[in-house]
Amino acid sequence: MATTSDTPGHGHDHAAHGHDDHGHDHKPGFVARWFFSTNHKDIGTLYLIFAVVGGLLGGILSEIMRAQLQFPNNHVVTDGQQWNTIITSHGLLMIFFSVMPALIGGFGNWFIPLMIGAPDMAFPRLNNISFWLLPPAFVLICVGLVLGESGSGWTLYPPLSNSTYESGMGMDCTLFALHLAGASSLLGSMNFIVTIFNMRAPGMTLHKMPLFIWSELVTAFLLVLAVPVLAGAITMLICDRNFGTAFFDPTGGGDPVLFQHLFWFFGHPEVYIMILPGFGIVSHVISTFSRKPIFGYLGMVYAMVGIGVVGFVVWAHHMYLSGIDVDTRAYFMGATLVIAVPTGIKIFSWIATMWGGSIDLKTPMLWAIGFLFLFTLGGVTGVVLANAGIDEAVHNTYYVIAHFHYVLSLGAVFSIFAGFYYWIGKMSGHQYPEFWGKVHFWLTFVGVNLTFFPQHFLGLSGMPRRYPDYPAAFAGWNYVSSVGAYISGVAFLVFLYVCFRTFTSKAPVADNYWGEGATTLEWTQTSPPAFHTYLEMPRIS
Amino acid sequence: MNSGPRNTMVAAAVVTAIVGMTGLSFAAVPLYRLFCAATGYAGTPNIGLAAAPGGNGETIRVRFNADTNSGLPWTFAPDQIEVTSTLGDEQVAFYHATNQSGRPVTGMALYNVTPEKVGKYFHKTACFCFNKQTLAAHQSMEFPVSFWVDPAIRTDPNTADIKTVTLSYTFYRSMEDSEKSGALAAAGPHVGAMSDTERQQTSKPN
Repeated sequence: MATTSDTPGHGHDHAAHGHDDHGHDHKPGFVARWFFSTNHKDIGTLYLIFAVVGGLLGGILSEIMRAQLQFPNNHVVTDGQQWNTIITSHGLLMIFFSVMPALIGGFGNWFIPLMIGAPDMAFPRLNNISFWLLPPAFVLICVGLVLGESGSGWTLYPPLSNSTYESGMGMDCTLFALHLAGASSLLGSMNFIVTIFNMRAPGMTLHKMPLFIWSELVTAFLLVLAVPVLAGAITMLICDRNFGTAFFDPTGGGDPVLFQHLFWFFGHPEVYIMILPGFGIVSHVISTFSRKPIFGYLGMVYAMVGIGVVGFVVWAHHMYLSGIDVDTRAYFMGATLVIAVPTGIKIFSWIATMWGGSIDLKTPMLWAIGFLFLFTLGGVTGVVLANAGIDEAVHNTYYVIAHFHYVLSLGAVFSIFAGFYYWIGKMSGHQYPEFWGKVHFWLTFVGVNLTFFPQHFLGLSGMPRRYPDYPAAFAGWNYVSSVGAYISGVAFLVFLYVCFRTFTSKAPVADNYWGEGATTLEWTQTSPPAFHTYLEMPRIS
Repeated sequence: MNSGPRNTMVAAAVVTAIVGMTGLSFAAVPLYRLFCAATGYAGTPNIGLAAAPGGNGETIRVRFNADTNSGLPWTFAPDQIEVTSTLGDEQVAFYHATNQSGRPVTGMALYNVTPEKVGKYFHKTACFCFNKQTLAAHQSMEFPVSFWVDPAIRTDPNTADIKTVTLSYTFYRSMEDSEKSGALAAAGPHVGAMSDTERQQTSKPN
């Protein structure tokens, strides 16, 4: 995804109105530009490339998983430990090395400065460190995967992750990988918060900020408050594994359930961390392609803030079966159901934005509407699962798998692709092929629904998650699910072809190629934007 | 870019939040324990010398459970399966443990009561589980536990219907003892090898 590199002559931007008389852009050489980069656009590009690589590896793992589960008594994966390691790595790769780098590091770095009229992030060098912590973390995850020694599941619960059951150093590598990825997110969030608070163009008050900026701001706050708790928990876990402490070991007076509390205190906000930036993107796409301002802007903003706040007090709904008492379950159930209110506000506001709009079903809009449909479906099963009584029956079944893949692997990923098609022309200066974009959408839409919808049935009939095999009674829907996964895999190849076609396209791209519906500041810039943008501050009236 | 004092200030606030949350995650360890002890959460009984208020004639059945972790070479069982206890009266019950191995072993018992919501009404005044217990080779010992159930259990609508309380213990080998016996070293190479003298000590058959 090489972006702004080979388009000199665009070194002039509209906001600066001809101040750049020299017409060159002071781009450093290849190594200095991509390895020591302090430019938010280049770092955003690096994050996006990284997310594609992470998603590719995570996706290959899911294809292996579906191949194993295609038939009962299958032997694609030869032993249980290998299987456990694959599912663990699949989860961690998709969360920390695909969805987060794309939505936060990628689109966040690219568009926060462009949308608020800032010349760059507040701490450009910190930004560089944030990105470069990720590749070593990725390598460490891969070490855990290749050694086959990190089979605890992505939730890392002791005793599954302690030195008795995962004695190899692969598990330690995985834990250190999360430390690095966490540090990367924290530095990035700090940068986002400072940039958004201090570097908005004159006139852009908080209540005039684009929704994408709001979504990244709330996400950054969630990261700052949640990730340190994960860091604390895995530090204790590493100490338990290697230094003879007993934080989670009952032998020494510790309590493994404490790990679950700490993990989910991080883990639940984490799911909002993965979806909120998607909310931001979808808001812009829907508004642009309905040619209407977003319906209920302030409601949208405070719905996100509300989701962020309430997201911190619902964590034990992941632990209904860990022995917590009935009153506690009642509280967490109530608090969890409350989240459906701000989420509903968002869904209905998106629909209201489309209502009466002049809707143009270009590829980004298809992805955004797909997002609405799939995220709502995942949200509905979330409301079902929030009920402690029902959860007792379907806890850790494929129903849960179907639920969180509908909100994340379908919801969040659809928002990533909506953002990709919406902004790729802006980022690269190349036109994506509309036909192939739509093929990509429809193949993915059919593929993922075929994969995950039958998993609701499997879960309700009692198929537990995390097993490499199942009784013959579950064979039918598993077969359908695997076929769906292969279709989704083909769709990803179509995406790679779309990338190829986009970057080899010679068609010129206008500054604001979506027309009057696209109103945010990035559309005042050239496509691709100059290496340095906003040499003169834009003013918002 | 323009790293003015405002940037530093906001960045410092964010760093403070990060450090604070990291601190809180570690503080969660003692806080969690305190919370359980204070609220009887997760079936944590009250412990201490609070005197029993005296019986009111009503009774409750108290059953006894005993588990032994496989790392501890002991047999451990209650002497009685259940007793009928008068609410508000102190009662003593006994467990027996025998060290099956040929050398001294230290164990530590963890405990709770079920249903978990009974925790705050269950008082333990003396218990072998308050301290580590060491048994010499092949030694047997009687472990007493003394407890009383608060009559308030009958006035709390959440617990008024409870007729039976189960008192449960799980005996683990103490960590120091496992370390000495090499159980930790056997957990994995990354824990670190034992010294030669330690290995000689632990390689003796039990």
